[in-house]
Amino acid sequence: MKALSQKRRHPLAAIALLLMGLLLTGGLYAVATTVNEAKASTTSFSANDTEEGEKLFAANCATCHGMGAGGTQDGPSLVGVGAAAVDFQVGTGRMPMQMNGPQAYKKPAQFNDEQTHQLSAYVASLGPGPSIPEEHLLDAQGNAAEGGELFRVNCAMCHNAAAAGGALTRGKFAPALADVSEKHIYEAMVTGPQNMPVFSDANVTPEGKRDIITFLKQIEANGSPGGADLGALGPVSEGLFVWIAGLGVIIAFTIWLTSRTS
Amino acid sequence: MGNHSDGSPNHSGTVATAGQNEVEKFQDPGIPPHRLRLADTDPKAAKRAERQVAVLFGSSVVGTVIFLVAYFAIDLGPDSTIATIRLQNALLGIGTAFAMLGIGTGIVHWAKALMPDHEVSEERHAVRTEDDRQAAVRIVDDIVDETGIKRRPLIRNTLLGAVALAPLPALAIFGDLGPRPDDKLAHTMWAPQEGKLKRLTRDPDGTPIRASDVTIGSAFHVIPEGLNELHEGKLNEKAKAVVLLMRLNPESLKPSAGREDWSYNGIVAYSKICTHVGCPVALYEQQTHHLLCPCHQSTFDLTQECKVIFGPASRPLPQLPIAVDAEGYLVATSDFKEPVGPSYWERDEHERTYNS
Amino acid sequence: MSAHTTANAPAFVAKTKGGRITDFVDQRVGGSGILREFGRKVFPDHWSFMFGEVALYSFVILLLSGTFLTFFFDPSMAETHYDGSYTPLKNVEMSVAYSSSLDISFDVRGGLFMRQVHHWAALLFVASVSVHMLRVFFTGAFRKPRELNWVVGGVLLILSMAAGFTGYSLPDDLLSGNGLRIIDGVIKSIPVIGTYTSFFLFGGEFPGTVIISRLYMLHILLVPALILLMIVIHLFMVVVHKHTQYPGPGRNDGNVVGYPLGPVYAAKAGGFFFIVFGVVALMAAFFTINPIWNYGPYDPSPVSAGTQPDWYIGWVDGALRLMPGVIGDFHFEYVIFGQVLTLNVLLPALVPAGIVFTVLFMYPWIERWITKDDREHHVLDRPRNAPTRTAIGMAGFTFYCVMWAAASSDLIATHFHVSLNDVTYWLRALFFIGPIIAFVVTKRVALALQRKDREIALHGRETGRIVRLPHGEFIEVHAPLDDYKRYKLVGFESPVPLPAVPNEHGIVTRKEKRRAALSRWFFEDRVAPASPAELEAAHGHHGQHEAVESAEAQKTLSH
Repeated sequence: MKALSQKRRHPLAAIALLLMGLLLTGGLYAVATTVNEAKASTTSFSANDTEEGEKLFAANCATCHGMGAGGTQDGPSLVGVGAAAVDFQVGTGRMPMQMNGPQAYKKPAQFNDEQTHQLSAYVASLGPGPSIPEEHLLDAQGNAAEGGELFRVNCAMCHNAAAAGGALTRGKFAPALADVSEKHIYEAMVTGPQNMPVFSDANVTPEGKRDIITFLKQIEANGSPGGADLGALGPVSEGLFVWIAGLGVIIAFTIWLTSRTS
Repeated sequence: MGNHSDGSPNHSGTVATAGQNEVEKFQDPGIPPHRLRLADTDPKAAKRAERQVAVLFGSSVVGTVIFLVAYFAIDLGPDSTIATIRLQNALLGIGTAFAMLGIGTGIVHWAKALMPDHEVSEERHAVRTEDDRQAAVRIVDDIVDETGIKRRPLIRNTLLGAVALAPLPALAIFGDLGPRPDDKLAHTMWAPQEGKLKRLTRDPDGTPIRASDVTIGSAFHVIPEGLNELHEGKLNEKAKAVVLLMRLNPESLKPSAGREDWSYNGIVAYSKICTHVGCPVALYEQQTHHLLCPCHQSTFDLTQECKVIFGPASRPLPQLPIAVDAEGYLVATSDFKEPVGPSYWERDEHERTYNS
Repeated sequence: MSAHTTANAPAFVAKTKGGRITDFVDQRVGGSGILREFGRKVFPDHWSFMFGEVALYSFVILLLSGTFLTFFFDPSMAETHYDGSYTPLKNVEMSVAYSSSLDISFDVRGGLFMRQVHHWAALLFVASVSVHMLRVFFTGAFRKPRELNWVVGGVLLILSMAAGFTGYSLPDDLLSGNGLRIIDGVIKSIPVIGTYTSFFLFGGEFPGTVIISRLYMLHILLVPALILLMIVIHLFMVVVHKHTQYPGPGRNDGNVVGYPLGPVYAAKAGGFFFIVFGVVALMAAFFTINPIWNYGPYDPSPVSAGTQPDWYIGWVDGALRLMPGVIGDFHFEYVIFGQVLTLNVLLPALVPAGIVFTVLFMYPWIERWITKDDREHHVLDRPRNAPTRTAIGMAGFTFYCVMWAAASSDLIATHFHVSLNDVTYWLRALFFIGPIIAFVVTKRVALALQRKDREIALHGRETGRIVRLPHGEFIEVHAPLDDYKRYKLVGFESPVPLPAVPNEHGIVTRKEKRRAALSRWFFEDRVAPASPAELEAAHGHHGQHEAVESAEAQKTLSH
């Protein structure tokens, strides 16, 4: 005890305390989120969930999507979009939208996992649609090479071969896929959010989707063998780098080389 | 600043009227006097510079050792990971960089700090002197004269003719670089074979697609049935035959005359090869019904039979006529009715033969 | 007879073993004469003179690393199934060329490093050639007697782009395959011979099975051989002409001031090779270039967002992007006498590149014709002292940069959160007005800098010290320049417009009138260098300031 009280005045004590605090909250948060994820990915909804979801919907979503989610001028009908669509849009923070624009941006989620679950339950009750994927499809243990082939044919033209994202027409874009959870990737494929086409199970099988997720998670975990990937944007960032950094360093050397020593 | 900032044109001579050669110019004061360096005057500084050069050369040795250790100690065995390759690459690079920069900076520092730094002036000489010119003219005259080429025009003319024709075989011999194009660009694998219509199958696995599989908003990347079984020219056929299959609300399609039966229940198939320079136009926006080419941003509107609405392409994407066979699978009722992909000189001829 | 005299002369005998070997070689090749000629040859020293060397050294690095790569690369387009150690491509169908490129990256020790060294050095090679040409242009180093060497440099630029492009395509990955497909599309648009050329190049239909091995031959044999030949001619002419030098005290068109080749310049230039190699090695160590494993094998169906060529082809790709295919109801794909004229591809692919290279190759003669200047120039112009040329250069550079930026229009859109279409519209406008703006602004800036130089030459540098005179006026003290620094600011030529002169028949031809008009356009805005008389006048005019200055100087001395 005495040792502790002595060390309390050590100059590094504040930093150590801060680190401990951060670790603790981070750890708790990690535990809490994994617990919630496990809960949210179960596809069973209780009657209570649906009821709570309806209230949330009326308060937060009905302005644009209409009472009963029938759609208005400002937002499409949600009948038949399924729980997966809600879980993706709300879970990634895209919905509710901040303002009308070419496309909804990813932002911090406005509802917690329980509320998202309830909203999903309500929308799922309106009509049949894609449900939240089952856990075994999200384990990223499929065949990465086959997933890679599917990814290049079906996804790379918008999302870039290294999943770094790309531009669409008139201000829309396909986002980068790093740090997107397995569940959200899967849900995006089955529901086709915004301008993304739908990849139904008849188009890309659930196994195929699992392979795609495996491929994405594997290249994300691998990183680039050659060092920093410069955004994986291809020759443009490489050219920019060689002109600015490469030539820059060499010019610095030439100036040193031709200057007079004091 | 006061009077010093008289940068106005009148004061600064912008509109000088007289030729400058008439104005007296400043005299060239000559090369500035040499300024001694620290190492020239202070033996301690010279000694220090000497040590610095030696340290730089030493760091090069360290770099070489790093390279060799990284090469031999890191094993790219069967169970090596990407991280191992990254580590080895970085260490090989650091080793090389130290080895090279050590030598390079060492030599340059040596030259800058310890070698004499007196600037010297050297006279330039004319690239060609008049003397040389005259001598050369005489020699050439003699040579020409000795050959007698001016007196014997027959020899000169036959030689010119022979030399002019001699390279022709050298051009002709490249004739087998490739076959004649004929009308190869005008046909794809979609043409029915022996009366059997080709099914639309998924890229890359080649499984057939039912009409009911294609839900509204979805996009299928399609290859013709039998493509994967080809042994030769598979990529050549694929390069012409790839198709994008989408389903829209049938009301939003407004087929032009003659194309009414080219779609099935809102399902349409268009060539994926851009009519600009041939990139795959694979980006489908399911809400705007636009197709975008990622290479040069040509944009095609699906609801207007893929008319160009933006970008460098000038011609709509060719449509593949489709129907459903007895088992419910999508089939192409014929080949494309026009050549797919980028335009070429004979393209219009080929298109006219389709229509006749 | 000479043998006779040699026999009588006391024969030279070297004392050391090394000396004897050197002497043996020297007697047979005559190295002494070469060393006598070049051993102390003078080279001027300036950082901007080093870009040519960067290019040369990058080329040497390319030869070294490229030779390593050929030992492992197999340019075959035969189909195979990958069985190397990169799992995300395991068992995928691909060409042998791509598979061997993957093996170089993942299964050959140091292979990835050499690939990255090779590719970074290639980008640096073309970049340094370009910067070197810009330096030569803006300093007027292309003037007589160096016009031909400028042309050789232009050929080297084209060859370096060809070397880069043929190499970029070799791994047969998805990115380069789509690049080749674009090239194929451009070739097919050529009238009359387009289709045949495409079939001859690809050995049949695109992609065929021979293009990689054909490009490989061009990349490792024909193009490097031509580059080497051009480098030899280029350096030979540098030796003949001797290097140019920046203006300054003691430097004129009749001399060259700098350091002797041995030892200082040789040490610096030699050391610089290792520095360039070291910098390239650092880039290869820490920064991925051309991650072919991301792109996957070439297949005509997929494509990746952000499909771009390497930077030096970017401007042509950008021109292709900027061209609208349809304006109103006018389709640029045009059927004429039953044949297709693909103007929407032909125009952007040929016209901008045609303009840039024609002007580039012709420029020395254009300026020579306008100025009627037939003198040899060995002292460079500071860019500000040739305002119109500098402005023309900046206009051309801007023209290039607009197309260059257009090649990354999609990345500009995603990274600056603007609409892809708007980026294209803006760049289309800038394509036309950008060069004009650049010309006007550059010319004004150059003239302003010249005026500032005049100011400083006549009135000295501002010291920042404010002094109050007895009658209350505040002035800033200006420190006069010494003769050497002043000469740097005043020792340049400022040509005046050359009016049209009649020819030998006493007629002013129309061509001559055009030349005179261009000459006026070239030189009518000018700032003449300060003259000694003006300096005198300035001192007289500011007599009282001078008095303060000298008083200040006295004070400083008396401290």
